[in-house]
Amino acid sequence: MTFPILPEQASKIATQTDNLCWGLVSISAAVCLIVFVPMIYFLFKYRNGHPADRSPSNLPQTRIEIAWTILPLLIFMCFYVWGAKAYFNIERPPPGAMEINVIGKQWMWKVQHPEGNREIDELHVPVGRIVKLTMTSQDVIHDFFLPAFRTKQDVVPGRYTTEWFQADKIGTYHLFCSEYCGTSHSHMEGRVIVLSQADYQAWLTEGQPGTTLAESGERLFRELGCSGCHLGQSVIRAPPLQGLFGKPVPLNDGTVVIADEGYIRDSILLPAKQITGGYTNDMPSFAGRVSEDELLELIAYIKTLGSQSP
Amino acid sequence: MNATLPQTETLEIPKPPKRLLTYFEDGGRTVGSWLLTTDHKRIGILYLYSIVAFFTIGAIAAAIMRLELITPAGDLVTSDTYNKLFTIHGTVMVWFFLIPSIPSVLGNFVVPLMLGARDLAFPRLNLLSWYLFNLGGLLALYAIAIGGVDTGWTFYTPYSSTFTNTHVVTMVAGVFMAGFSSILTGLNFIVTTHKMRAPGLTWFRLPLFLWSNYATSVILVMATPVLAMTLVLLSIERIWGVGVFDPQLGGDPVLFQHLFWFYSHPAVYIMILPGMGVVSELVTCFARKPIFGYHFVAFASMAIALIGFFVWGHHMFTSGASVYSGLVFSITSYLVAVPSAIKVFNWTMTLHRGRIFLNTPMLYALGFIGLFTVGGLTGLFLAALALDVHVTDTYFVVAHFHYIMVGGMVTGFLGGLHYWWPKITGRLYPESLGRLAALIIFIGFNLTFFPQYVMGYLGMVRRYHAYAPEFQIYHVMSSAGASILGVGYLLPLIYLIWSLKHGKKAPANPWNATGLEWQTPSPPPKHNFAQTPIVTRPPYQYSAETEEHMVYG
Repeated sequence: MTFPILPEQASKIATQTDNLCWGLVSISAAVCLIVFVPMIYFLFKYRNGHPADRSPSNLPQTRIEIAWTILPLLIFMCFYVWGAKAYFNIERPPPGAMEINVIGKQWMWKVQHPEGNREIDELHVPVGRIVKLTMTSQDVIHDFFLPAFRTKQDVVPGRYTTEWFQADKIGTYHLFCSEYCGTSHSHMEGRVIVLSQADYQAWLTEGQPGTTLAESGERLFRELGCSGCHLGQSVIRAPPLQGLFGKPVPLNDGTVVIADEGYIRDSILLPAKQITGGYTNDMPSFAGRVSEDELLELIAYIKTLGSQSP
Repeated sequence: MNATLPQTETLEIPKPPKRLLTYFEDGGRTVGSWLLTTDHKRIGILYLYSIVAFFTIGAIAAAIMRLELITPAGDLVTSDTYNKLFTIHGTVMVWFFLIPSIPSVLGNFVVPLMLGARDLAFPRLNLLSWYLFNLGGLLALYAIAIGGVDTGWTFYTPYSSTFTNTHVVTMVAGVFMAGFSSILTGLNFIVTTHKMRAPGLTWFRLPLFLWSNYATSVILVMATPVLAMTLVLLSIERIWGVGVFDPQLGGDPVLFQHLFWFYSHPAVYIMILPGMGVVSELVTCFARKPIFGYHFVAFASMAIALIGFFVWGHHMFTSGASVYSGLVFSITSYLVAVPSAIKVFNWTMTLHRGRIFLNTPMLYALGFIGLFTVGGLTGLFLAALALDVHVTDTYFVVAHFHYIMVGGMVTGFLGGLHYWWPKITGRLYPESLGRLAALIIFIGFNLTFFPQYVMGYLGMVRRYHAYAPEFQIYHVMSSAGASILGVGYLLPLIYLIWSLKHGKKAPANPWNATGLEWQTPSPPPKHNFAQTPIVTRPPYQYSAETEEHMVYG
């Protein structure tokens, strides 16, 4: 019988979080000693029937009160700063990440690789690479929880959330849905399979469907008729998309937004929400006509238009 | 008539004072006289019946879950049943047991007595509260009986509003109704504390239970309406498809979480502040000492109530809200821990140079301090942003809030119930059984919930019907602990009922305690005091130096 205490540590973030945990365990143990040792001593020494000096003490009460107000506050603030700094590391992916899309649905995880590979309830990644997940849900809220990497993030319908990790050990790790999502919530689990670079390349090639994600997006872009307005000679009627991704977009109401995944998603589903400066809204909504998978394909395609721009 | 006795002597024999009828006798013994009573003491008893019934239902749901979780596979009940069980457990325990436990049962009974008042300010409103509470409870039970609800007590959207096909609206209506009962009870306490204190009972002569009860009432009145609105919005979306929370209808699911936790985090303090108040009463009485740092303990209650309104976002660090909102809610969460720490230190220092009696209520008070300290310290883990990312939605959180709500509030409730039992019933319970039960509960509780911290950190997700095999050892420990805890809770139920008939008659003041509630007979007469008491001193004028006897020695 084994009594594991820590889940596997498979990233630097995991070590960072465990250190914070041990820091808090130490201070908690210290507080317990400071409270419980005197308490038990008092219970013994001043128990009824046991002779002891019970005359009212003249301790400097106000000073004691101030001391045990200020001291915990200072200690708490140290842990606040520690926790917040570590949190920034968890929330902000370092540059140079490989991007993978995740779609949660009752009760499975669908994964899209940029190379076009797709998997369900499994996520193959190469060791040592920074992996950034762009996630959404096609029904209720889910949560992509990776205990070995000490990270999790809610997967919310109607928006994109991101999560990143960098596995530093080859192996297979748990993936759990940790936001309650209905009947089979406890079976909405999977595996993250961390492979060596070579094995990962082999896995990619083996399952290669022939079209990359962006290529699928390009095909959709034509089939849905987007190209009619947004590409070629007709860019007078609709804002051009070349070089758009990641750039600031001035809007008709005077505000400026960054053209990220969420912006493109909203522009497809709710075109009237944010209208590019100088244009009128002639675009129909594609809500109900494109699936979450297809939206991510379109976004992947629009991203490549960005990189092709001069 | 003996003529030899001088007339004068006969006159000097004092007439036996006419015994005041107790509140049991005065006003009738019929069921009707109880169901239409406006006596705060009788209403307190009515609440006690109600919450014991709801606690039993919530406990049975927990017992089935703990049985299911002994093995990794989901083999005892189906997933849907399991999901309904934890929804029953959460909903019933939070709204129909914990929130009314100390305020509505013990508070109802002792607040007017401690204030030297004849009743609460609005006795009929008080009775209405009880009816609303039970109506809400019956609606919730009806929702369970016709098939249940599988959303969890948090009713997160869009699952609750669009996707589940269980009886959400009925359940939500029950909670909504119980919420009005909370608001009315809180209002009653606030007005009573302001307007009905006995002559000389200034704010800083109030026993600390009244301070914490006051802080609780402020939260009840200010936070519960937000819950009511949120539940109405949820029902509107569910019934008519008006988009509020579901993104497919143009709503925002995270908005629901903000509104829900804006109520439900302050509600956590509704579920702990009254327990803290009870502990202040018990520690002073059984250490025979005035409380150390009265003003600090009193203001700590108010500080918790106030700061508690600004920490709700710490439930949402991984919800997809902004990183910067996380920074704000993390710091406020650390701030709210300070007044809790102050209370623990003051209770401990109160023991210094005391004369300590380890009677049953005191054992519960000490258990409270221990378990609350552990629960509070693990709250620091959850307030640390980076750590919260790993442990939120795991059993670590489950363990944390059970240490506060069960280790804290239920232990405080039992401590208070034993302390005031002689006053409430006029009977003494068997002390040795009382101590035994307190010990069993403490051991059973720790065995049930401590392993949950470890498995939570290991990655065991909450609300899982089946789980990975490596977590099993901790689940087995937890289930074993739960069976001990069950015995611990059953014991008081048995011996307290037994004491009603067979317990020794209690004197007016079995603990030699200082509160006004002990200056009237046990059980008190209908109008509490034969004469309005006049207060001339601060509370807790105990002296540890004088030898004293308590009923149990």
